[in-house]
Amino acid sequence: MTRRGKAARQGYDGVVAAVPITIPYQRYSPEPAHWWIARALGDLVRTAGITPQDVDGFCVSSFTLFPDTAVGLTQHLGLTPRWLDHIPMGGASGVVSLRRAARAVQAGDAEMVACVSGDANHVDSFRRMLSSFSRFAQDASYPYGSGGPNASFGLMTDHYMKTYGVTREDFGRICVAQRENALSFPHALMKKPLSLEQYIAARPISDPIALFDCVMPCAGAEAFLVMSETAARDLDLPAVRILSTIERHNAFPDDPIQMRGGWEMDREEFWALAEVTPGDVDLLETYDDYPVISMMQFEDLGFCKKGESADFVRSHDLTNGGSFPHNTSGGQLSVGQAGAAGGYLGMVEALRQVTGTALGNQVEDANLAIVSGFGMINYDRGLCSGAAILAGPGA
Amino acid sequence: MTEAIQRPRRKDPQKRTVLPTLPPTSRSRKALGFTAAAAAGRFVLQKCDDCGAVTYPPREACPKCLSMALNWRDMPDGGRLIAETTIQTSTNVYFRERTPWRTGTIELDAGITVLAHIHGDVAQSGRVRMIARTDKSGQGVLMALPEQETANMADDKQLRELTCDPKHRRVLVTDGRTALGQAMANAVSAAGASTVFVGIAETWRPYAGADELAAIPNVEVMALDVTDSISVKELASEIGGKVDILINTAEHIRAGGAMDRDGIVTARDEMEVNYFGPLRLIQAFGPGMRFRGADGVNSACAWVNLLSVYALSNWPAYGSTSASQAAAYSLSQCLRGEFRGSGVKVLNALFGPLEEDWRQHLPPPKVTPEGLAKAVVGALQQGLEELAVGAVAEDFLVRWKEDPRVLERELTQPEGA
Repeated sequence: MTRRGKAARQGYDGVVAAVPITIPYQRYSPEPAHWWIARALGDLVRTAGITPQDVDGFCVSSFTLFPDTAVGLTQHLGLTPRWLDHIPMGGASGVVSLRRAARAVQAGDAEMVACVSGDANHVDSFRRMLSSFSRFAQDASYPYGSGGPNASFGLMTDHYMKTYGVTREDFGRICVAQRENALSFPHALMKKPLSLEQYIAARPISDPIALFDCVMPCAGAEAFLVMSETAARDLDLPAVRILSTIERHNAFPDDPIQMRGGWEMDREEFWALAEVTPGDVDLLETYDDYPVISMMQFEDLGFCKKGESADFVRSHDLTNGGSFPHNTSGGQLSVGQAGAAGGYLGMVEALRQVTGTALGNQVEDANLAIVSGFGMINYDRGLCSGAAILAGPGA
Repeated sequence: MTEAIQRPRRKDPQKRTVLPTLPPTSRSRKALGFTAAAAAGRFVLQKCDDCGAVTYPPREACPKCLSMALNWRDMPDGGRLIAETTIQTSTNVYFRERTPWRTGTIELDAGITVLAHIHGDVAQSGRVRMIARTDKSGQGVLMALPEQETANMADDKQLRELTCDPKHRRVLVTDGRTALGQAMANAVSAAGASTVFVGIAETWRPYAGADELAAIPNVEVMALDVTDSISVKELASEIGGKVDILINTAEHIRAGGAMDRDGIVTARDEMEVNYFGPLRLIQAFGPGMRFRGADGVNSACAWVNLLSVYALSNWPAYGSTSASQAAAYSLSQCLRGEFRGSGVKVLNALFGPLEEDWRQHLPPPKVTPEGLAKAVVGALQQGLEELAVGAVAEDFLVRWKEDPRVLERELTQPEGA
C-alpha cells in the first residue's frame, strides 16, 4: 500500500473564512431546523453585504432537518448554488465544512460558500434523536440503560480516570474556567458563576459524570462564509486564513475503549502544513461535550503528552485572560449544545477572536487559533475528528 | 453483595397497578439473529468465515476483510469489566423508572469489547461471565455476571428483569392429575413460589398422588378443566389477578395417525385439550397477565407451553396428536406477539417422548416428568424462551435447524423418528 501523504499536501493559500454568525440559543423552541438555518443564512448575507444569489456554494449540517437535506433547503430558501454539501458529522461539522468549502473555493468550483449549521430543540426531540441515532446505537448501546452520550462518556471518563489517575477536580477546572469565559458571552445559556465546589457537589447523571460535565441540549444556529482573500477584501470583511486542517474517521478501531481520537494519527502533518508549533497558539477551541474529550484533544493535538492533561489543567489558567485561553465563549458546556451547531460553536468563536471581534472577553493579541471537532458516538466511541489552524489578520 | 428480595406483602387493591413499559424495542433485522439465540440462552456473536474475525454490533460485512460470510457462532463467555457507569437519568421511560442502572464495557475473551448490563456483584475491573437473554421488550441483550456464584445472585434487580424466577411468585399449573403436573408443582414450590395453584378437572374423581400433591408446600388445588370454557373462566375470575407464571401441563396424547383412525372423536379430544385448551387459557388469563407485567416483585412474567417436539414436524406414529401440537405451537407464536409490550415471556419447552402411560411402548431415551419439570424451572430461573428437553428433542432440533425438509423426509419413512 502506498503511504498516504507521500505527495505534499496543498495549503489553503488565497482562501479565507469570514462573517461569524450566531443565532442566540434557546433551551426549547417550537421552531424547526429550517427556521434556524434560514435566520443564520439571512444574517450571513446581510452582514456580508451580499445577496442570497451571490451564494453559489451551500454547506449544511443539521440533525433535525428530516425529511429534508441540504437539497430541499435550496428550494425552501431560494438558493441556486452550483456547489452543495451536507455534512452529517455532528461535532466535527464545523472543521469539515470549512475544509470542504475551502477546497471548493480554491478550485473555483464555487466563489462564495455559506456554511450553516442549525438544529431545532422541541421538548421531546432529544429523546427521539437518541433512540434513532444510528444502527449500532439502536442495536447495541441504546438498549443498555438509554443513557445516551452521558452514559457513553461516563464509560470513557471512568476508564480515563482509572488509567491516568485523573480526578473529578481536574475535569472541574475545565468546566469552571469555561463558565467564567461564558459570563461575558451574551449568548451563553448559563449565566451564573460556577465554583469548583458546586461542580463537585452536582447531581450525578451517569457516574462519574455529573450535571456540570454535561451540555444542555438547545436550539440555535451558527454560520460563516468561505471565499477568496480577494473577495473578502472587496467586501471589506475581516478575514481569517486557514493554515492547516485535518479530519479522520473511525481512527484506532481496535482500541478496546476510546482513549484517543483521530487527531493523534494526523498530528504531525497538521502542524507541519501550518509551519507553527503548539507554543505559537493564542487560543484553543476544543469540542467539549464532556471535559474528558477536551483533555484527549489537549493530548492528541500535542499540547501535552498522553495522560498528562490533568497536570496541564492544574498548571494553566484556561480563562480568556489566562495562560492558555480555552473555549473562549464558554464552549458548549456553558453556552449550550444546539445539535450540529455545537460543531460550529468553536469555529465561529475563533473567527471572532482572531479578528478582534469577540462578543465576550477578547483574548489579548489573539492571532492564531486552533479549532478542533469531534463527533458521532455511533456505538461506543466518537468516530469523526478534525482540526483547523486559523490565522487572523494580525498573524 | 446482592440483598435477598423479600416476599412482597399482600397488594392493596386500592393502589394503582404500575403499567408495563419497555426498554428500547427497535433492532435491525441482522440483530434479530442475536435475539433468537438469546431467547434460547445462547451467547453468540458474528464470526467471519473467511478471516476468523469476531465482530459486534451486528454487521452486514466483516470490518476486517469485507467478506459477507458473517455467521452467528457460540462464543466463550469470559471477559473483564474495563469501564462502567451507573446511569442516574435516562430518556427512556422504562429505565427512568429503574435507575440507578449499571452498565459497562466488557473486554471479552473472544477478543472484542461490548456494552452490557452489569450485575451488582461484579467487582470493579473484575472478571465476568457473559449471558445473553431477552429483556422485557423481547430483544436480546448482554449481561455480565460475576465469574463466581454469589449469595442471592438471582435477586439482583437488573438480572431479575431478564429472568422469570418463580421465587416469591404465584404459579398456576393447569393439570395436576398427571405425574408431570405433580412434578411441576413440586419443582416450582421448591424454587420458592409463594403459591402454587394446581388445576384438577372433575375434582370428585380420585387420582393417583392426590395426597402427596396436597402436601406440597404452598399448593392450592383448584377446580380447572381446560376443555370447559366456563371452568376456565371461573378460575380466572377467582385467581386471574394473581397468576404470575402459568404452566400448561394439560395434554391429551394418543398414538395413531389419520388413516388408521375411524372418525374424528379422538382427534377432537386432542384438539380440545392441546389447542382449544391453551386458547381458553389465553383468553381467560392472558389479559390479566398482560396488565401485570411490571407489578413489582411478583409481576406476571411467563407463560409456559409444554409441547411435544413433533409440533415442529409431524411424526405419523403420533400423527394426529402431532397435528394438534403443531396448532398449539403456532398459537404460542401468536401469544408471543400478543404479549409484546407487556414484558411477559412465552417459554416453549419442547420435549421428546415422556416417561408416562400413553407413551409406554416407545423406546428410551425418555424424559421423566421430574426431569421435564426441573428443566422448565431452570429455564424460568434463567429467563429463557426456548428449551429442548431430553436427548430426543435436542437431536430433533439440531436436525430441524439444519434442514426441516430433510427432517420431514426422515420422519415420514417407515422407520421414521
